[in-house]
Amino acid sequence: MALLLVPLMAWKMDEPFLITLATKVTILALAGVGLNIALGLGGLVSLGHAAFFGIGGYAMGILASHAQNYEPLFSWPFLFEGSNQMPLIWLVAVLASAAAALVIGALSLRTSGVYFIMITLAFGQMLYYFTISWSAYGGEDGLSIWVRNEMPGVNTLDPIQFFAVTFVILCLTLWFAARVAQSAFGLALSAARQSEERVETVGLAPFKLRLIAFVISGAITGLAGALFADLNRFVSPTMLSWHTSGEIMIFVILGGVGRLYGPVVGAAVYILLEHLLGGISEYWQIFLGLLLLGMVLFARGGLIGALLGREVAHD
Amino acid sequence: MTDPALRVENLSKSFGALKASNDISLDLRPGEIHALIGPNGAGKSTLIKQISGSLKPDTGRIEALGRDITALDTVARARLGLGRTFQISSLAMEFSVLQNVVLGALGARGKAYGLFRNVMKDKALLTTAQEALKRVGLQEAAQQRTSDLSHGQRRQLEVAVALTLKPRLFLMDEPMAGLGASGSKDLTAFLDSLRQEAPILLVEHDMDAVFALADRISVLVYGEVIATGSADEIRNNPEVRRAYLGEEDLA
Repeated sequence: MALLLVPLMAWKMDEPFLITLATKVTILALAGVGLNIALGLGGLVSLGHAAFFGIGGYAMGILASHAQNYEPLFSWPFLFEGSNQMPLIWLVAVLASAAAALVIGALSLRTSGVYFIMITLAFGQMLYYFTISWSAYGGEDGLSIWVRNEMPGVNTLDPIQFFAVTFVILCLTLWFAARVAQSAFGLALSAARQSEERVETVGLAPFKLRLIAFVISGAITGLAGALFADLNRFVSPTMLSWHTSGEIMIFVILGGVGRLYGPVVGAAVYILLEHLLGGISEYWQIFLGLLLLGMVLFARGGLIGALLGREVAHD
Repeated sequence: MTDPALRVENLSKSFGALKASNDISLDLRPGEIHALIGPNGAGKSTLIKQISGSLKPDTGRIEALGRDITALDTVARARLGLGRTFQISSLAMEFSVLQNVVLGALGARGKAYGLFRNVMKDKALLTTAQEALKRVGLQEAAQQRTSDLSHGQRRQLEVAVALTLKPRLFLMDEPMAGLGASGSKDLTAFLDSLRQEAPILLVEHDMDAVFALADRISVLVYGEVIATGSADEIRNNPEVRRAYLGEEDLA
């Protein structure tokens, strides 16, 4: 896999920037894998996934900023200190974004189609404006962390080691997503996307299936958010803006909706284009737009679909 | 006499000024096939939808298997044992035939929250699924993509999915539609044997099948049941002849 080869070559050639770029792709791909569970498997077009991405980011930012200032987050009912340990930060990020997805999902899954898109967008924007006005954690300016958080046994300051951490997480998540897709839950969820009536008639409740999918999806995207914030050592409301939601969705659509590796390919191509075309023209997104248009018009299965044919996804 | 498997009492449903169901009462006894016939627009599908739970009646009550189910939703009714087939196939078209039946078996199990085990390797589910396919004669097509099936095969698959649920009563909305002569003959024979397992409320346009199968027939016209009786009684009912069977030759 190129995603593994590029950073290894870059490491040999001592090109830390390329490694960082590959890490970015890995993390954004992870966010896309999260969205793909809702979008690809469940058919839930969520334009609010930036909320989970941002919640993950802020989980990291808040914990780490308390740790670097030696202030506890709260001391009642029990003492809760900040932390600069990645595993704990990840856990908090996953739990917080899962909880948010549970609430947002429970409310928005009562609608469908365009209303669902709009309501998830509205929740996303609500949290976006909340973080802008949340002056305790930087408000509009965001929150900087001096040093990247730590992980036992790994020197996270070394780009290649941090890349390895994100790469392992992505692989584990892909494995998990593949298992889910062929599990009993995956079958029922996918059926609910194709025919809601059918699933009800066999005695399964589509709402519950979708809510679980939305929570899993949000939790994964939240984990990606925590890693993304750690990559930049910075978290700001931009992570929650609807542009971010759109970008994550573009990864999925570009690579192939419902394809296991779709978001990985999509994120890689997107970042590559941003990097290459961005150097040529400020208006590189015009070309991205054209590519996306071409994809949607001529290759509905995304890049992977165009390359591999239209077999059912998740094999 | 034993209690009916299904009892509909004074059911009414209006869409604006249109009375789609007007004070309908009927029942389905254990072991019988009760056919529901009527011209297009008579409200047959509206009635089926109210019984299956996808449409709420304005007034009246529905009792199934000894319970008042008027307030239950589709999912709860399916769990209780209502097996439904659709007039317009509502299968998961991207799935293989086998996956569709496994979904039914999964529904019969009542929970689908396993996240890790490959559902298509679950022996118990596969056995149930394959048995159901065999009964409708679709075992050869198990690996085909559902969207590649012929119209008739989709009808068979609809029935197979309903079978996996081991329902205690069936609601079948035009299972013969588009089957062709030999297909509908096969399905007629199959439904004939199925009634021992669970009674069937059958909406059907194929009159040969209806008269061959039905223990009782109810005729629905403009949302009202104008007659209920045996095949002979219905054939000879002057009101039915006028309203519905009219010009058809029924010898």
